[in-house]
Amino acid sequence: MNQEIKPLNVLIKGLLLFALFNLAIAAWQPGVGQFSLYNILYPGRERLPFGENPRQSYNLSLFDLDAMFASHVIAGTPKADDEFRVVIVGDSSVWGTLLRPEETLAGQLNAEELNACGKTVRAYNLGYPTISLTKDVILLSYAMNYDPDLILWMTTLEAFPLEKQTSTPLAAYNEEKVRELATSHQLRIEAGDSNFVKKSFWDKTFIGDRRAWADFLRLQIYGAMWSATGIDQAYPTGYEKAQTDFEADESYHDLTSPLSEDDLAINALESGFRVAGETPMLLVNEPMLISSGANSDIRYNFFYPRWAYDDYREIMLELSERNNWMYVDLWDIVPANEFTNSAIHLTPAGENMLAKKLAPYVLENCR
Amino acid sequence: MALEKILTFAAAAFLWAILFRNRGRTRFILIASVVVIFWLQPALPIRGFDFWAPLATLALVILVWFIAADAPNQRKNYASLAIVAGVVLLLNLTRFIPALQIFTASRPPQIETTLLVFLGIGLTLTVLSRLTRFSASFLTAGLILTIGLFLTLKTPALAYWTVYFFRSLSGQDVYASRITDFAWLGFSYVAFRLIHVIRDKQMGRLPSVDLDEFIAYVIFFPAFTAGPIDRLERFIKDLRGSDWQSDILTAGQRLLIGLFKKFVVADSLALIALNDTNATQVASAFWMWVIVYAYAFQIYFDFSGYTDIALGIAALLGIKLPENFASPYLKPNLTQFWNNWHMTLTQWFRAYFFNPITRWLRSWEKPISIPMMILLTQVATMLLIGFWHGVTWNFTLWGLWHGIGLFIHNRWSDATKAKAAAWAITPAKQAALNISGILLTFHYVAIGWIFFALSSPAAAWQVVLKLFGVH
Repeated sequence: MNQEIKPLNVLIKGLLLFALFNLAIAAWQPGVGQFSLYNILYPGRERLPFGENPRQSYNLSLFDLDAMFASHVIAGTPKADDEFRVVIVGDSSVWGTLLRPEETLAGQLNAEELNACGKTVRAYNLGYPTISLTKDVILLSYAMNYDPDLILWMTTLEAFPLEKQTSTPLAAYNEEKVRELATSHQLRIEAGDSNFVKKSFWDKTFIGDRRAWADFLRLQIYGAMWSATGIDQAYPTGYEKAQTDFEADESYHDLTSPLSEDDLAINALESGFRVAGETPMLLVNEPMLISSGANSDIRYNFFYPRWAYDDYREIMLELSERNNWMYVDLWDIVPANEFTNSAIHLTPAGENMLAKKLAPYVLENCR
Repeated sequence: MALEKILTFAAAAFLWAILFRNRGRTRFILIASVVVIFWLQPALPIRGFDFWAPLATLALVILVWFIAADAPNQRKNYASLAIVAGVVLLLNLTRFIPALQIFTASRPPQIETTLLVFLGIGLTLTVLSRLTRFSASFLTAGLILTIGLFLTLKTPALAYWTVYFFRSLSGQDVYASRITDFAWLGFSYVAFRLIHVIRDKQMGRLPSVDLDEFIAYVIFFPAFTAGPIDRLERFIKDLRGSDWQSDILTAGQRLLIGLFKKFVVADSLALIALNDTNATQVASAFWMWVIVYAYAFQIYFDFSGYTDIALGIAALLGIKLPENFASPYLKPNLTQFWNNWHMTLTQWFRAYFFNPITRWLRSWEKPISIPMMILLTQVATMLLIGFWHGVTWNFTLWGLWHGIGLFIHNRWSDATKAKAAAWAITPAKQAALNISGILLTFHYVAIGWIFFALSSPAAAWQVVLKLFGVH
């Protein structure tokens, strides 16, 4: 029997089914990020996904940590018996702004072909281009899933101000993960921290969360171009060199001299060491540009007035001695001409200097 | 075309279909199409051009109607003219109400200028109506004007000097002239419809058509930017008919399929499809094939997706636009590929170029040989199709590639048809022949796309070399 089809009924039923699908997604919140074409169809990425110009870099910024790590080469590389696995966390200087994967600190350490206690050293770049200790702790907690033998935690004063901890997008969009760390590793987070992006039920529907779904799909598709070209960053033909002349400005994040531990997110450092547990972790005060331009007697560089940075170095030294942390201060090992577009971004030669300086620490921490 | 605009078109068509059924359909399409051609025209660096370009389209359409069409109902046509002028004036008046400036890319020009343009159009039409004994010449002039504008738009050097002229006219920096400044949206398709109308009039087979029907046909908003290229007599048959209600469901399906093809499949493939940048970045033959395949499928899903969208929205309005694609990549030879790829364009070229030129060549006292005639007509037709996309070396090579391919297929098919039929006597052999034909045709077309996708023959050649492992 042929029943007449009523278009309006079809439309209403279709809309109802779509609404149900959306509600199911919101209620279920499937963790699709764990599924990845990387390390199966394509080789894993040498560094975490980040990119502001996907069409040129074949890379994009997203906030799904599962998807980010699933796309990384570390997720698809079973640890061999003769591998000495080093993971490096930190900011854009570790990730390697303007550098090709092989030119980053991890790439340069691998190029050194180090042998630690009869094992081949293999370094993994888990840096991410925003500056926040809390963001580093999040990445560290993921890195622990991959059984590192040594962790290099590269940091700088700019990662310490309290207001920077959860304002970085990776932390702001991952409140649940940050709160987990607060519970499991005493990471200090305020109950009503307004930096966290709260998702309403509607934001969790397929339509409400369409950006995250699209980002996940684009990450998978761009894997083809990553495989085809090895490009994961847009490399401009020219860039503006890091600033070396400054105003006579001594201010630093509304903080006043002298800098104290209470001004800084020391708790995030402590949580990081708790996350690392028994795994050796070397805390590194990373190299920065020391300017000799206008008002360089007041400021070291764009980020830091001298008083704040000098106080910070003293605090770090005291802290590491007090807590028995492995700590190395490499703030001044790279000359000013080996910085690129920022006071913390190194040239390939600068990264090489850093790698050579860190290599002995890697070797002496094998077991 | 942005998704929100397509959804707006679909919603408007659906609401009209539900609320008004076929009452006032022509007027609805007329008004909607006039608004849409202004709405879709992107912002251009030449001052006011995003308003003048659609207005020029309308002026040209009205002019061609005036010289080509037998207008059965003068009163109705004056009313249509008044409606079009009214809509344009209303759009122009939004210059005084910024909140309503949603249908033009930039602030519309001064209203006095628009009125002057109206006056110019009116005077032209009046003068033309007094010179009836020259009507045959007007058709030729209209044809030359349309083809001339088309060539100006598609030839980089001519486009550049046109931009230069308009920039100097508007007091803008002429040294900042770029050919992309002359992006007259939808003109390619408008030109093809107008040429079809003029040629049919010259051959005495144009049906009588009122102005509102004619404008609705030429700038029919679902098909304005990406076709298909309908024929006037078929379009107005639908427009004047009333049997459309049962199409709503099919229209919705077609629209959804089109949206999926365009915004999910094609846009995803676009991320990895061949372009000028990645052509130089990809080194291995394997990945080069991947991005070439991605381009081949991207262009298909993009174009056929837009066609589905156009067919879907048109069907909501009771217009059954012609199909443009019929699984072209599954065809076993190049001739069949072109019979199923952008079908309305190839039919247009067949009707207005290939067939007439073949007839003309055959009419020679000493006709050239059949193979030579096939070579000439196939290559010339495909070259013209290439030029339709742009008068550049790459489109020329693309046209040549296909023209020669069609010729080779024609000769090969003639020479081997009997042998192939004798060999392929079992279903398995027929399938093998068919599949190998499909693969060969697809790869021939895909290699042709390299010239289409890239901006220079040198870059395209480098990609071809990389595909075959020659660096």
